[in-house]
Amino acid sequence: MTQAERRVGAWALGVMALLVTYAPGRLAAQDATAGKQVYVKWCLGCHGETGDGKGVAARYMLPRPRDFTGAVYKIRTTASGELPTDADLMRSIDEGLPGTAMPAWKTRLSEGERRNVMAYLKTFSSFFTDTSQHPKALAFSSAPGGGNNAQALTIGRQFYDSIHCRKCHGDQGRGDGPSAPDLKDDPGQPIFAANLHQNWRFRGGPSTEDIYRRLRTGLDGTPMPSFSDLIDKKFLSDEELWRLAQYVRSLSPAEAPEVRDVIHARQVVGALPTSPDDSAWSRVDSYYFPLVGQVIRKPRWFAPAVTGIWVQALHNGTSIAVRLTWDDRSQSPDSSWLKYTTRLLESMADDDSTPTVAGLWPDQVAVQFPQKIPEGMERPYFLMGSTSSPVYQWRWTSAPRRAAAGVAHGIDRFDTLPAASAPAAQAVWDHGQWRVVFERTLATVDTANELQFAVGRAIPVAFFAWDGSNAERGTRMAVSTWYFLALDQPTRPTTFVSPVIAMVVTLGLGVLVVVRAQRRGGAGASARS
Amino acid sequence: MRTVGSLAAVGAGLLVWVGSTRGAGTAARSTALEGATITGKVKFVGKAPANPTIDMSEEQKCAAKYTTTPREPIVEVNANGALANVFVYVQAGLPADAKYPTPTTAVTIDQSGCLYHPRVFGIMVGQPLDIKNSDGILHNIKAMGKKNRPFNISQPTTMTTTRTFTVSEVMLPFECNVHGWMHAWAGVLPHPFYAATGTDGAFSIKGLPAGTYTLEAWHEKYGTQTATVTVKAGETKVADFTFTAK
Repeated sequence: MTQAERRVGAWALGVMALLVTYAPGRLAAQDATAGKQVYVKWCLGCHGETGDGKGVAARYMLPRPRDFTGAVYKIRTTASGELPTDADLMRSIDEGLPGTAMPAWKTRLSEGERRNVMAYLKTFSSFFTDTSQHPKALAFSSAPGGGNNAQALTIGRQFYDSIHCRKCHGDQGRGDGPSAPDLKDDPGQPIFAANLHQNWRFRGGPSTEDIYRRLRTGLDGTPMPSFSDLIDKKFLSDEELWRLAQYVRSLSPAEAPEVRDVIHARQVVGALPTSPDDSAWSRVDSYYFPLVGQVIRKPRWFAPAVTGIWVQALHNGTSIAVRLTWDDRSQSPDSSWLKYTTRLLESMADDDSTPTVAGLWPDQVAVQFPQKIPEGMERPYFLMGSTSSPVYQWRWTSAPRRAAAGVAHGIDRFDTLPAASAPAAQAVWDHGQWRVVFERTLATVDTANELQFAVGRAIPVAFFAWDGSNAERGTRMAVSTWYFLALDQPTRPTTFVSPVIAMVVTLGLGVLVVVRAQRRGGAGASARS
Repeated sequence: MRTVGSLAAVGAGLLVWVGSTRGAGTAARSTALEGATITGKVKFVGKAPANPTIDMSEEQKCAAKYTTTPREPIVEVNANGALANVFVYVQAGLPADAKYPTPTTAVTIDQSGCLYHPRVFGIMVGQPLDIKNSDGILHNIKAMGKKNRPFNISQPTTMTTTRTFTVSEVMLPFECNVHGWMHAWAGVLPHPFYAATGTDGAFSIKGLPAGTYTLEAWHEKYGTQTATVTVKAGETKVADFTFTAK
């Protein structure tokens, strides 16, 4: 053995010693007693004193907070039925569970506090003290290349079909499959199949790797099963499962949508596209706005189905067209969702103590403007104005399929304007998505009640959505805050001409300088000769 | 380096040896069966509720297996008033330290016609459970144990998956989320003294050692009932149960 070999040997021993000390699943030192203090301060409100997930705030949440006593965890790297590793638990604590009330604690608690609280929550379940349980992460392969090419995605789609993802997630992945209305989690709460177009809301993370892992492990406690056995049974290969993960990833945008405050409505020449599926809309900038449950006025709503809305707008100098696109897993009213509606109302029967009977309610959307473009920063109350400061709204319902304009004086009073004032509206429901186009002239006769759109002004705008099958009706709805709509002014010809003139002048001057310099040079040369 | 390797090998060998001697100890304690029998019938009194119909329109392959509208087999009572799908088992009375050999033969639960067959069954701790999909359409099998680890696996085609349970649990529910009407229950026990009633409502528990036993009868809708039965070696005794309509 040479000196160098001996040194390598010593190194290897050192690494092995380290591996023994830091065995997988046994991270740094943890102190459950210290963890209890952290738990009581930060976690107890939702997860409860005994860790059963029944804290005081729990009933306002869907999905409900985790019940630690059963030690059943959605986000794991272990096989279905296995306990999570410590690293799995740390991940959920650190990163939170997107799309739920569970925040990321990485920036709120120190690493020591997070480790201790993880140790403490394990004490709620005897499964963790059972020494015969050895949670071990599955051996995951890494993603095969070419994940974005058409062929890979076609293979992925084939397996989406062959393992019947559509049963719950729907043909296009918006959670509108035929089994979706019947889904419940282990404690019996209603649960919906993930909308695969919104990876920023995936509980275990948005990446292809995260999706692959969820396919391998399943989400225990939910209807989402593990597909690992299918690889063992050679129903599909590991690479094909990766292709499926890549296909699912391709359904969401490359980046999670960012909220921009001002919707720019470009001016176009000629007729506006009034059909929701007019190809002209594919060339119009789209703005995303998050929606949240209406929790200010009773009856409140903590489980909104519509979590965001995409808005596009165009005008032509005389009219404006606004296209709204939002995902909604049911075309309400739909009797096949009625049982789901009932279960949801039972689950969310909150402090309002009004027993509500489920009904066949329509889907709805509302676009809200002030009645007049404000001069300063003052705007009416975002939640449908007030008696002293009402708002102008467009409202559309799926059944009967129609649109109306009206004036809201707060959440309780909506005065519909005469039918002649209603904006034109066309709507399409397609595989879990509504697309609605409103159109109205910029100016109207009823200047007292209706907003007069003006070019080049910041016009406040807000949005509301109701999913009837999700028990949404009246004040049970999803709301946005105020944003702005700006009708862009047409670009004057001088905007384009001026730079051209400037360029021509600059070029001309340049040429002149060069020519004069050459002449002088030429004169010098001839003098020398 | 070589010394480190051989040390590790010796260590591993030691672990294996310790493990095997422990196993041998428990095997030696298994009790011989003396052959007393408890039989009986489970009866149903009153008007049996109509079982809910199942809408199988989404699953033509399953729907094709039925000539009449399929129903959830929740309360199955025959013309003689016998109640099916009742799990009867020895809840207490066996010697505390008795051990029973784990059968290597698997219990099979089949998904056929978008229903589980059987709906109610017993299985021993450690005994293999073959979960079979004869339908060849997507089923997921969610086992929702509280004492055993719950699991949820996918079967999108005709296939069989084998699982075992580690501890006693009565009853351990199964469900399919693709077909919300599919439910089954397993009674997981550390001993072989259990039976589930068929359409004739009859059960028979054989091979019991002489003693006094608490029998429990479980039904998914009507809950549990108990009976105390004393048997001598080789004796057969009858214990009937009666469930009443609510």
